[in-house]
Amino acid sequence: MIEMIPEVGHYALIIALLMAAVQAVMPLAGAATRRPLWMAYAWPMATGQFLFLLLAYGCLTASYLLDDFSVINVANNANSMLPWYYKFSAVWGNHEGSVLLWSLILSAWTYAVSRFSRGLPPDMVARVLGVMGLVSLGFLAFVLFTSNPFDRSLPDVPMDGADLNPLLQDFGLIVHPPMLYTGYVGFSVVFAFAIAALLSGRLDAAWTRWVRPWTNIAWAFLTVGIALGSWWAYYELGWGGWWFWDPVENASLLPWLAGTALIHSLAVTEKRGTFKSWTVLLAIMTFSLSLLGTFLVRSGVLTSVHAFANDPARGLFVLVLLGITVGASLLLFALRAPRVSRPGAFTWLSRDALLLVNNILLVVMTVTVLLGTIYPLILDAMKLGKISVGPPYFNALFVPLTVILCIFMGLGPVARWKRMAGRELLARLWLSGLVALLIAAVLPLVYHGEWDLKVSIGLAIALWLVLSLMRDLWDKSARSDSRWTGMKALTPAYWGMVLGHLGLAVTIIGVTLVSNYSVERNVRMAEGDSVDISGIHFTMSHLEERRGPNYIAEVATVQVRRDGENSATSFVMTPEKRLYIARGMPMTQVALRPGLFHDLYVAMGEDLGDGSWALRIQIKPFVRWLWLGALLMAAGGLIAVVDRRYRRKLADRQAQTDIAQVREEATV
Amino acid sequence: MKRRLMLLLPLLVFLVLGVLLFRGLSINPSERDSALIARDFPAFELSTLSEPQRIVDQGLFKGKVTLVNVWGSWCPTCRQEMPQLLALAKQGVRLVGVDYKEEGATEEERRRKGENFLRQFGNPFEVNVFDPEGTLGFDLGVYGAPESFLVDADGVIRYHHTGYITAEDVRRVILPEVEKWR
Repeated sequence: MIEMIPEVGHYALIIALLMAAVQAVMPLAGAATRRPLWMAYAWPMATGQFLFLLLAYGCLTASYLLDDFSVINVANNANSMLPWYYKFSAVWGNHEGSVLLWSLILSAWTYAVSRFSRGLPPDMVARVLGVMGLVSLGFLAFVLFTSNPFDRSLPDVPMDGADLNPLLQDFGLIVHPPMLYTGYVGFSVVFAFAIAALLSGRLDAAWTRWVRPWTNIAWAFLTVGIALGSWWAYYELGWGGWWFWDPVENASLLPWLAGTALIHSLAVTEKRGTFKSWTVLLAIMTFSLSLLGTFLVRSGVLTSVHAFANDPARGLFVLVLLGITVGASLLLFALRAPRVSRPGAFTWLSRDALLLVNNILLVVMTVTVLLGTIYPLILDAMKLGKISVGPPYFNALFVPLTVILCIFMGLGPVARWKRMAGRELLARLWLSGLVALLIAAVLPLVYHGEWDLKVSIGLAIALWLVLSLMRDLWDKSARSDSRWTGMKALTPAYWGMVLGHLGLAVTIIGVTLVSNYSVERNVRMAEGDSVDISGIHFTMSHLEERRGPNYIAEVATVQVRRDGENSATSFVMTPEKRLYIARGMPMTQVALRPGLFHDLYVAMGEDLGDGSWALRIQIKPFVRWLWLGALLMAAGGLIAVVDRRYRRKLADRQAQTDIAQVREEATV
Repeated sequence: MKRRLMLLLPLLVFLVLGVLLFRGLSINPSERDSALIARDFPAFELSTLSEPQRIVDQGLFKGKVTLVNVWGSWCPTCRQEMPQLLALAKQGVRLVGVDYKEEGATEEERRRKGENFLRQFGNPFEVNVFDPEGTLGFDLGVYGAPESFLVDADGVIRYHHTGYITAEDVRRVILPEVEKWR
């Protein structure tokens, strides 16, 4: 019976592919030829595809949990000694499984759209589901024809598996990819809506209200996913770094930047009916960048030109997929983009204009990161040799752009649509600006004992964001009766914006302080040795060998005591150096003492002989704020979704379409 | 009409990007191998990673079949390759590393990055040649990392492997080649 499981999964995968094909063809054809019966295929196919992919995915997971090493994928990525929860997460810790997860998540989004779209015109939903079916068809074909996770090695079944890469045996890695993929794939919804709008030529305020919640949710997931990746790199790689500008990270940042621009552009399109073509283009761009990210990561063209040489079919397949999807979308865009939308009457000092600046800056940032990421390919194409572009390039461009973006971000929420008198804007915000500058100038002196321009700039923009938001909150909640009712009258969409912007400020504070005030010391320590770093005493009290389920570890016990505190408040940190048996791979297990204001970070280096070890001790101020800010941003995105406006208008829209239908039927 | 042309712009940009990506895929690293095979390992004089004072040259390869692996701490694929290299070292193959184009403001920082990498992911190498400027890499015609060269006991390059050595490569190619030239 157990031997059958992979075959059942394989079979389910094939059925899902066939359903995707039907879902891709029938509803789109039905919408084009106005055949309700054809369009009606969309719903059952979306449901069926989701269920069968769930079954396929469940089968693969079962093969992992049951140690079925006849499945090549399991044999390459798991081991009988692996704890069950890592067997569970090992499913997506490899190429084949992660593409299957990608497809599963896509089908889940499709299913969600089919369920929560009751109020939308049926031809619109049919088109949206059809487009998502097309994307799904492409990816399922990719899984089945180039990356089948159910391939087996019968009859020579290996005795045991090669084990999961130890770097991936970790909680962060259990949750990071699903979050990231949910974000990536979530943008397929707004993409499908954009294509549907181009096909039907209908792009009105109702369309925008439909799209906004989906975009926000996808964006929130992507935000959390990126933050988790950064957090994982921080504690798992043992260097204390939290962002490396490596192609895989950039691949996730690109759709995030474009998605952020999209969220803001959607706001303008909804409120003012302008920026329509631009919004559609951003929607296409955001999902295209998600696909590009998938391509970069999956084909390996960038991490190394060579990793790819192992399986040319895969990279080519994704590239063709990318080419068809993006190429066709952009062609459709060129042919059908909305006619010149009524020139939105706004002056150069208005919320419209500021959001335009926001969009331009975000797109410039996206292009900057994109260029830096594919720079090796460009040079290679121009025969200039191979050079890798490192963090200096990204920091030199990205940081100043962020500063400029934040300056405008402070003005945006306060400014009014259409026109804002410069004098009024100045009157409202001069105090926030001045206070931000003053505090930011003085803080480095108080905190660290000396002036520091870089820190001051970082803090100034963060404080500027916070203070201008506070000022806006103060003005907008002003009511004759009480400030409390004023606060309550503000919409969730507004609160979402406040949280999102605050989140960015918190992240910027974290970035600024941890980049400039981290302390790192490499020390040689034997049992009984101690060292003082920034008023904190570290004493290595004990060293021993321990056995884990699939590794052997050298464990150091380090006593930590702060200056001026007695031993009652001291605590223990236990960094480890592990050797994973199956792969013979050493791993550093960092000891972390997290704190809101600083982390203590102890990692074991190498055995220096005579019982002493090299230890890397770091103090990372405000590092938690990086991820705290990201969580706030994600929360902001989600809170905006519950805004009643989206649902109330749905009801209105429902009434309208009902009338339209009645009318249509009457004329037929 | 003009506006329609403007709208075509994103498509054009994407097409250029697509061509670049396609080229990235179609670079076939194995086609440039022949020039190196059966030639002497290029002459060099460089310090080792762990001891800045110790200078080594191509004499390093005389006497024993050696797998020279070009790596760098900036290269994520090199991490994935480490387990296979460790396994090779365990089976008695002599490995020499070339720490290629470490980045950093100072030489010290560059060396530290290389050493941290080995501490983190394991060190299968008997010795590591430190090549921060990529001069040796240039002479070897290296495009990126990882790349590996099998050098026989007379210091002649016998096999060139571009890219990441998989467990299957070890079994199918590397070990047989090592046997062949031993």
